[in-house]
Amino acid sequence: MSASAGGPGAASAAPVFLQLDEHAHAEGGSTMLGFWLYLMSDCLVFAALFATFGVLSGSYAGGPSPKELFELPLVAVNTSMLLLSSITYGFAMLATYKGRVGATQGWLVVTALFGLAFVGIELYEFAHMIHEGATPQRSAFLSAFFTLVSTHGLHVSVGLVWMVTLMVQVGRQGLIAANVRRLMCLSMFWHFLDVVWIGVFTFVYLMEMLR
Amino acid sequence: MKLDLGRLTLESLPLHEPIVLVTGVLVAVGGAALLGLVSYFRLWGYLWREWITTIDHKRIGIMYIILGLVMLLRGFADALMMRLQQAVAFGPADGYLPAHHYDQVFTAHGVIMIFFVAMPLVTGLMNFVVPLQIGARDVSFPFLNNFSFWMTVVGAVLVMLSLFIGEFARTGWLAYPPLSGILYSPDVGVDYYIWALQIAGIGTLLSGVNLIATIVKLRAPGMTMMKLPIFTWTALCTNVLIVAAFPVLTAVLALLCLDRYVGTNFFTNDLGGNPMMYVNLIWIWGHPEVYILVLPVFGVFSEVTATFSGKRLFGYSSMVYATVVITILSYLVWLHHFFTMGSGASVNSFFGITTMIISIPTGAKMFNWLFTLYRGRIHFELPMMWTLAFMLTFVIGGMSGVMLAVPPADFVLHNSLFLVAHFHNVIIGGVVFGLFAGIAYWFPKAFGFRLDPFWGKMSFWFWVSGFYLAFMPLYVLGLMGVTRRLRHFDDSSLQIWFVVAAAGAVLILFGILSFLMQVYVSIRRREALRDRTGDPWGGRTLEWSTSSPPPAYNYAFTPIVHDIDAWWDMKHRGYRRPESGFNPIHMPRNTGAGFVLAVLSGVFGFAMIWHIWWMAAAGLVALLAAAIAHTFNYDRDFDITAADVERTEGERTRRLARVPS
Repeated sequence: MSASAGGPGAASAAPVFLQLDEHAHAEGGSTMLGFWLYLMSDCLVFAALFATFGVLSGSYAGGPSPKELFELPLVAVNTSMLLLSSITYGFAMLATYKGRVGATQGWLVVTALFGLAFVGIELYEFAHMIHEGATPQRSAFLSAFFTLVSTHGLHVSVGLVWMVTLMVQVGRQGLIAANVRRLMCLSMFWHFLDVVWIGVFTFVYLMEMLR
Repeated sequence: MKLDLGRLTLESLPLHEPIVLVTGVLVAVGGAALLGLVSYFRLWGYLWREWITTIDHKRIGIMYIILGLVMLLRGFADALMMRLQQAVAFGPADGYLPAHHYDQVFTAHGVIMIFFVAMPLVTGLMNFVVPLQIGARDVSFPFLNNFSFWMTVVGAVLVMLSLFIGEFARTGWLAYPPLSGILYSPDVGVDYYIWALQIAGIGTLLSGVNLIATIVKLRAPGMTMMKLPIFTWTALCTNVLIVAAFPVLTAVLALLCLDRYVGTNFFTNDLGGNPMMYVNLIWIWGHPEVYILVLPVFGVFSEVTATFSGKRLFGYSSMVYATVVITILSYLVWLHHFFTMGSGASVNSFFGITTMIISIPTGAKMFNWLFTLYRGRIHFELPMMWTLAFMLTFVIGGMSGVMLAVPPADFVLHNSLFLVAHFHNVIIGGVVFGLFAGIAYWFPKAFGFRLDPFWGKMSFWFWVSGFYLAFMPLYVLGLMGVTRRLRHFDDSSLQIWFVVAAAGAVLILFGILSFLMQVYVSIRRREALRDRTGDPWGGRTLEWSTSSPPPAYNYAFTPIVHDIDAWWDMKHRGYRRPESGFNPIHMPRNTGAGFVLAVLSGVFGFAMIWHIWWMAAAGLVALLAAAIAHTFNYDRDFDITAADVERTEGERTRRLARVPS
């Protein structure tokens, strides 16, 4: 609500040009929008990598093809790790909204363990493929595969570092407004990575097995 | 134990190249003198507290503009060298630049002019003006703003470093593979290119996010989207383009980087790589990039035309829609940069037609400016002169662009000097003229005194005549079939055109020197040029309602907006500036974290360029640690007390009282 303006002596009919009794804006009011914008820019990085994979996915250069390389059961287990981690992150946020520090941290630990399992299985898969000679250097298809999947994996790893940092901060400061905001940002980041992974699983693994 | 410095040896220093060596020595001496002066006058504390760590959008904007102007000198030195080489290297004469040096010069010229001159100048103007125009006290994320600026600086520093340590890319400004691949460019040039652009690119992207959030979230009450000042509208569209285009640049440079460092096969000639995919991806960024540069200066011209015609801008809504249409269309034209790829008649037709369609909203803008001038009371101040020169020059550049948009014509003109003339025609005649208009227009707002008109007019006439002399011959040469980036010519009948072009470049040199002189003279004569009102031009938008320079908090009271030209409306409907009743103002606190993070990024980038792996690892770990440490700082803002606000505003009251009415 803004009161009269224009300074002393202004006619009462004059329009109101200034907010004279301004209230401080809620801190971090732009954070969610800003983080959404960042996520969309990240989404475009993935879009470029997906497009690159689309162009190069048939360029085996005489090397191994998806059918020889991919083990869908392993990828399915991996996918379930990430999907479960998204659910448990949701539980962490529910605990946050109820103001329960211990439960928030507990669910974050569970989420981080699922995330760690995801990264571990992915690294195992990569090591296995490289051991069989399917290195990123072998063909354009493999270059595109390793880059797209490991970019996602790198994001998950950064998310894990972030999660540990937040657990410490929630432990030290409690669920203050700044920390809740950070938890919400990481939540968006984590679910975003889940959505990207569904794209990876569909277009890189399932569709390529059908070729 | 021997210190492992990767590829870096004494051989990396330009000890055998006299031109580079002398430049290096001069830069080192000049730099040392500058540092000595700063120490002598004990300015380090001041610089650190007031500028390096500042989160004030106005100061960051000013620093962006200083960066852009400094880099303009470097980029223009490259241009002069090329013009001189091409004017003399005919027949038996070989010129003075060896091929591997000349190739670095034209690459550095393009990279510097786009990334480290035009981008910082445009970003600087947006940073300075946008929060003021929307009645905000700062941007949405003030710390990120500081970080973005220093990342841009670090990118520029890496490019400058390549002049003296190692070399720069010899690939042209977009570093097409396979030439930029490890097989054909095994040395550090392309690596400097990649890491400089990646680091600066992060800064650009974050500043894009920041300004969008600022415009969407921090507008003054009453300022609906269709009451947004037109410069802010163009800034919004530009930042949308930045957020939507720069990730693609980041991705494609990362892939090129993997090809070079890891040996992947994205853009190689063998094992299934596809170099044309690089060309497609980089132009998906590259075409929006030219609109990122030109849209804000369209905004500048709109503000200037309305202000100096004393009229409301003609066709505000159509201007907004034209801007939005250009924003969208700029994504649908990238392939016109390489019609010769051979993608077939239908694909080329699609991109040719979308390209031609862009000229429609641009033409609409041109008519809006003309109709704003029509029956206006035109004041021929410097910003207005730049605007008129733009309107004449840009139309020529636009028309040669439509010629290039016709695929069959493009097959003849592709990679010719006609193309070089075209894009300099739109970038100098559009972006550069607009930036000079914007600088002259908002300079009094930033510093409280106007720029000296005499030297400004000198600069103007040298620039404009120099531009025509330098680039019209290139249109002719291009039509005769001369291709770009040549170091030597056999046909001496062409020489006269290159000599004329070189003369034009010398005139532009005088233009730049006159501009520097203008700044110098203006600082000396600042008392005579002083503006105490805060509104020297009879402005229309909110930034002219506050003092010049504005206080740290911009506005003691947040304005309430009723009209597109909010300040004009206030002036004409009985607004009286309050002189008491001030409240404390909540503001963000300065921080050195952005500077530290950017410097660590620079260390990491330098180590990656030279393959100094231990330093790269250490830099990366330090970068992560510093970033995490920064998140533990919760104490990020403070209150300016009501007494301080009252004192600042009281000073302004006394200044205003001294203005003869």
